[in-house]
Amino acid sequence: MIPLRLSPAALAGFVAVALLPWLVRYAFAASEKYYLHLLVQILLWAFIYTGWSLMGRFGLTSLGHGAFTGIGAYVTVLLWNYGGISPWLGIPIAVLAATVVGVLVGYPCFRLRITGHYFALLTLALTEFVRLCIVGLRDYTGGSLGTQPTRHGDGISLTAMQFEPDRVLSFYIAFALWLFGLYVWRLVDRSMDRYALEAASQDEDAAASVGIDVTREKLKIIALSSAMCALGGAVFGQYQMYIGPDTIAGLGTSLNMVFAVVAGGIGVMLGPTVGAVFTQVLSEGLRVIIQNSATIKGLLGSAALALDSAIYGLLLILFIIYMPKGILGTLLDKRR
Amino acid sequence: MLELKDLDAGYGAFQALFGVSMRVAAGEAVAVIGANGAGKTTLLRAISGLIPARGGVLTMEGRDLRATPAHRIIETGIAHVPESRRLFPGLSIEDNMRMGAYLPAARAKFAERLDYVYALFPRLRERRLQLAGTLSGGEQQMCAIARALMSGPKLVLFDEPSMGLAPVVVAQVFDLVRRIRSEGYTVLIVEQNVAQVLKVVDRAYLLEVGKIKASGAAAELAASDEIRKAYMGL
Amino acid sequence: MDCHLDVFFLEALLNGVLLAGLLALLALGLNLVFGVIDVVWICYAELVMVGMYGIHHAYKGGAPFLVAMAIGIVLVAAAAALLHLLVIRPVLETPPINQLLVTGGVLFFLQAAATMAFGVEFRNLGISLGSYNVLDMSFSRSRILSFGVALLGMLALWLFLKRTYLGTAIRAIAQDRQIMPLMGVDSKKIYLVTSAIGGGLAGLAAGLMVLNYDIYPQIGLQFGPLIFMICVLGGLGNMIGGFLAAFVISQFIAVGSSCFHTEWGYAVAFLFFMIAIFFRPQGLFGGKS
Repeated sequence: MIPLRLSPAALAGFVAVALLPWLVRYAFAASEKYYLHLLVQILLWAFIYTGWSLMGRFGLTSLGHGAFTGIGAYVTVLLWNYGGISPWLGIPIAVLAATVVGVLVGYPCFRLRITGHYFALLTLALTEFVRLCIVGLRDYTGGSLGTQPTRHGDGISLTAMQFEPDRVLSFYIAFALWLFGLYVWRLVDRSMDRYALEAASQDEDAAASVGIDVTREKLKIIALSSAMCALGGAVFGQYQMYIGPDTIAGLGTSLNMVFAVVAGGIGVMLGPTVGAVFTQVLSEGLRVIIQNSATIKGLLGSAALALDSAIYGLLLILFIIYMPKGILGTLLDKRR
Repeated sequence: MLELKDLDAGYGAFQALFGVSMRVAAGEAVAVIGANGAGKTTLLRAISGLIPARGGVLTMEGRDLRATPAHRIIETGIAHVPESRRLFPGLSIEDNMRMGAYLPAARAKFAERLDYVYALFPRLRERRLQLAGTLSGGEQQMCAIARALMSGPKLVLFDEPSMGLAPVVVAQVFDLVRRIRSEGYTVLIVEQNVAQVLKVVDRAYLLEVGKIKASGAAAELAASDEIRKAYMGL
Repeated sequence: MDCHLDVFFLEALLNGVLLAGLLALLALGLNLVFGVIDVVWICYAELVMVGMYGIHHAYKGGAPFLVAMAIGIVLVAAAAALLHLLVIRPVLETPPINQLLVTGGVLFFLQAAATMAFGVEFRNLGISLGSYNVLDMSFSRSRILSFGVALLGMLALWLFLKRTYLGTAIRAIAQDRQIMPLMGVDSKKIYLVTSAIGGGLAGLAAGLMVLNYDIYPQIGLQFGPLIFMICVLGGLGNMIGGFLAAFVISQFIAVGSSCFHTEWGYAVAFLFFMIAIFFRPQGLFGGKS
């Protein structure tokens, strides 16, 4: 285990985040549930995005991680709903399943040096395949309408791993997961694998010639990345108490991941987190503005909900053209 | 015809040419000789606009080439036979000729120019539908030269035409250069094979590490001790 | 499972062939752009969607169908040219991930913009050409028509690329971009024209799609991934390969859909794709890797 050396600033930061629920309780007493919900979303997605970024930062741009979050969520929920298997066992199974898929897909790709456009499109095919399977198994998964884990009792249960009604508890679960994700990121960053992968992303032949087993390194990272995303997807399902082929799987989910990490900063530990904050706040903020704006609702009617997507898309374009290092990445660059 | 004065050029932060001055008069055949990495190819690329020239003067018949976008330099009458031929491998010989004649003025005379070029190089006519990538080294060089002639140029730039070719073929290539010259084209040729090229041109410049070190009539340079020792292994 | 080697199976196979024509045309535009410019428009299906809406509006506005289709072609060609100018050009020299993402952004934007402009309801041109019955099999006339037009479109493109100067230049720039200025060719212009042609092909495909399918903003998600798959299977940039791959894939879809539920036909097609790619990463018929 790599010892944790946290700077005082970092420690203070983490403590501050840990105390957020109390701040919310104090400042927004009446809508406490809502704000805690937002925070949980941010932390869970931040964890998932951090998982994606483990691959993204080494040039392995996957447009298919929605497949892993989807597998994580659906396997867990289906095992519970139809097998009565508690998520305590279900989640590890789901994570294992996703990891196996990741490695199965990754192995031929990496052996055969599939990178760049081809790799991205292949992972896109993977996510589409998973989505099609989810929809195809509609008798079990509810098809395009999604499904819910069967509520156990009043919704709070240790065996069923359900905690959604207690938002503060949910927050700390998400918080712990988020911290875990950052820790894993840090571990990879400090490891020899990181340098191996960076070398490979620049020049695979050169890396191989100095003895780096490029395939093995890439397999390790895809296993880790898919496992993290599956875990995130599963916990997300347990929290949200609803999963759908387009909310936790599919191309949209995959693209969102990429957008958030790119917007936040791809090679930076807190980049994906900044991306999660940015995208969630943006999406919520837009939703609130639209709900409360008679003019917008008048103009667009029910389709007003698409406005945040439109702005997302526009921002993604602008970010890639003008700020490819993301918010945090560009800020850090400026400091140097 | 072609005039360079104090020209600088380079790649990004790396400067390859330092204050190069030279000229090529109409009807002449001029060579630029020098070792690997001296900057010879850079020189031709700067003339063709493939890399930007910085500082100095670069004109063709008085027209400022530095102010001309790269794809319009061919309109001034300069044709460039690139290093390593650079044919379009997936296109037939005839399609490569078409690309050589892409200029509207050349297109109008395509059939005529094609006949002319095939008369110069009958081997190309035989294989006109063959993919350029499948030709032998010597044939590729022929094809590259023919392609350059399709635009009806005044000045033909040859970038290391003998490079990568077997010795027998090299002799043929220099014969081709002689023929082109005798057809009335002005020739600027950049070469590592000093002995052979000095037999084909009127004058030559010696380029060393981006600077012109010497110049003069070809026969003089061929006789000079310095050149013979350094470049001809004698 | 509902699968016997009978006339229904044959009908499915033949319908698969007809579907292949349309898919091949769709793949053609994408392959052209990738083969020449080396970018993948993740939003390609959304460009087709824009064309479909354009044709729908023109038709419902009173234009005869062929005119509406012509409008669609021009519309998407213009949109593609704009896409190249505004979005692709600024990121051409940057890593491929940026190019993919930037078109991903356009995907979000176009889907959302279409939702805002036209709502989520399914629309249809309401043109019904009836069907053609032979032996116990029924083939929709619009499918047959689409197949024919798709073939014509591909032929037209092939002739253009082989017989015209511009077409030859487009083929040339895909092989060696750096020396194009020596031929007197402005690379930037060629890229722009290629983008417009890619868009035009998408617009033509849109015209055929509106005859066969309903229009809604998310339709791109239905066939976009399928087109990418076909292109990669045929070898990205390989137009003939894409054509052949379209036939292979559409057989999986047609047979799978008639034997099982529709999704499984697609799912099996994707699975086949992933397995095929593992054995031949450059595509079944590919050259460039």
